[in-house]
Amino acid sequence: MLFIIWLLSEALGIADPTFFPGPIETIQGGWELATDGFQRVTLAEHVFASLRRILIGFGIGVVVGVPVGLAMGLNNTLRAIFDPLIELFRPVPPLAFIPLLILWFGIGETPAVVMLFFAAFFIMVIAARAGVTGVRLSKVHAAYSLGASKQQILRNVILPNALPEIFVGMRVAIGVCWGTLVAAELVGAQTGLGAMIWTARTFFRNELVVFGIIIIGVIGVILDLIMRKAEERFIPWRGRG
Amino acid sequence: MSNLSVDHLGMIYELPNGGSVEALKDVSFDLESGRILTLLGPSGCGKTTLLNIIAGFLAPTSGSINLNDAPITGPGQDRGMVFQQGALFEWLNVADNVSFGPRMNGNEGPETDAMVQDLLETVGLGDFGQKAVYELSGGMQQRVALARCLANDPELILMDEPLGALDALTREKMQSLILELWDRTQKTIVLVTHSVEEALFLGDRLFVMAPRPGRIEREYELPFAKLGLTEDPRELKNSPEFTEKREEILSLIWEMEEQIMGHEGA
Repeated sequence: MLFIIWLLSEALGIADPTFFPGPIETIQGGWELATDGFQRVTLAEHVFASLRRILIGFGIGVVVGVPVGLAMGLNNTLRAIFDPLIELFRPVPPLAFIPLLILWFGIGETPAVVMLFFAAFFIMVIAARAGVTGVRLSKVHAAYSLGASKQQILRNVILPNALPEIFVGMRVAIGVCWGTLVAAELVGAQTGLGAMIWTARTFFRNELVVFGIIIIGVIGVILDLIMRKAEERFIPWRGRG
Repeated sequence: MSNLSVDHLGMIYELPNGGSVEALKDVSFDLESGRILTLLGPSGCGKTTLLNIIAGFLAPTSGSINLNDAPITGPGQDRGMVFQQGALFEWLNVADNVSFGPRMNGNEGPETDAMVQDLLETVGLGDFGQKAVYELSGGMQQRVALARCLANDPELILMDEPLGALDALTREKMQSLILELWDRTQKTIVLVTHSVEEALFLGDRLFVMAPRPGRIEREYELPFAKLGLTEDPRELKNSPEFTEKREEILSLIWEMEEQIMGHEGA
C-alpha cells in the first residue's frame, strides 16, 4: 500500500525527486550500489563492515555482561559495588561516549566496536541480573532438598532459569546496537551503511540515502528474526514455567 | 520408634518497621515413622513456616527439632519436598527432572534410568519420560514432582499444598495416589493444605493450627487415610463420621477467622 502511494507519487510527479526520490530511481540507485558500488565501495562491503562491527561489539558485550550480571544477582557485595556504576552509565546514550573513544582509540574500527560493547554490556548486565533474582524460591529449595550443592544449583538451576531473560536482553541489545552503530557510522567511519548514507548525502545522491534506510530497516528486522528463531530453538520452555 | 521430634519450637520474624510477628509459639509434637500428618489452618497460622523449618529452609528462633535424634540444621535429602507448582525444572524433560536428585549425587547410569522409569510407572507416567514438563497438565506435573521427590528415597516427605492448584476431579485422583504411595513406600509424610476435606481424608493425624501466635490448636487421630486405601473415597467422604468431623473443624476455623476479624477491627 505504502509502496503503491510511493510509486504513484513518482509517476505523477507529485514529489520533487530532489527531496524525495521515487521507488524506480531508488531501485536503480540500489542496483548500481550493489553491482558497481558508490565511491568504489559496494553495498555488500558496506553491509559486511556494519555487521562485523556489530557482531564483535555485541558479542563481547554479551560475553562480559552476562557474567557480571550473574555475579551481581548472586552476590550482594558485588551488587553494591557495581550497581551505582551501572545505574549511572545505563541511561547515557552510547553515542555520547564517541568523542572520548575517538580520543583514546583514534579513528577507525575500535571506537565503534567499544561503543557497541558499552551499549550491549549494560543491557546484558541488567538482563542477567534480573534472570538470577527472578528465580522461583521453590525451585532452589527443591534442588537443595534433592541434595544439590550450591555450585550445582548455580549451574543446574539458576543459570538455565536465567536463560530466557538473557535471551530477551540479547534481542533488545542487538536492536539497540544496530541503531547505535548506524548513527555512529554517520560521524566517523569510511565504510558501513551509516557512512554510506552520509557520503551519499553530500553528493546529493538522495536515492542512495533512501535505499540505505530501507536496507538498514530490513537488516534490523532480519537480526531480530534470527534472535527470535534462536530463542524458540534454544529455550522452548520460555514463559511456560 | 520416634521419627520426627519437635520440641517447644518458636519462630519470630522481625519486621522491617521494628515490630515482630510470632509465626510459631511453643509447638511440640512427635511424629512416628510411617505416619501421615496433615496441617490445616487459616492463613498466618504458621503451617508453612513449620514445614519450612522441618525442611531446613528456615532456622527456628527457639526450641529444637530432630529427625531420628539428629538435629535438623539445613536442607537435606533425607527430607523430600513437593511444592504447590512451578518447582519443576522446565528446561529438563520429565525423566531428567526425576533423576535430578540421583544425578546431583553422582548416580548416573542404567540403574538410575531403570529406577526413574519404575517411579514414572508408579505415578502413572510410564510413557512420558521424554516429554517436556510444560507439555503436561497440572496434575501430571505434580505426579512428576512426587516421583522426583521419591527418587532420592527420603525418610520424610514434606508437601506444601501439593494439590492446591488442581481442579476438583484431578485433586481427588491425586489424593488417592498420595495414599497409595504412602502405603506402598511406608514413608512419613507431612502435608500442608487449605482444604478441610483433604486434611481429613489424607491425615491419619491432623493438626488444626491457629494464628497469632501460630500454634497447634487441636489434634486428631483419624481413620480415614487407612480406610481410603480400600474403600471408595466418595462414600468415605460422605459417611456420617467424616461429615461430622468436617463440620466440627469448619466451625473451629470459622471461630478463628472471626476472632482475627475482631482483632483487626479493634
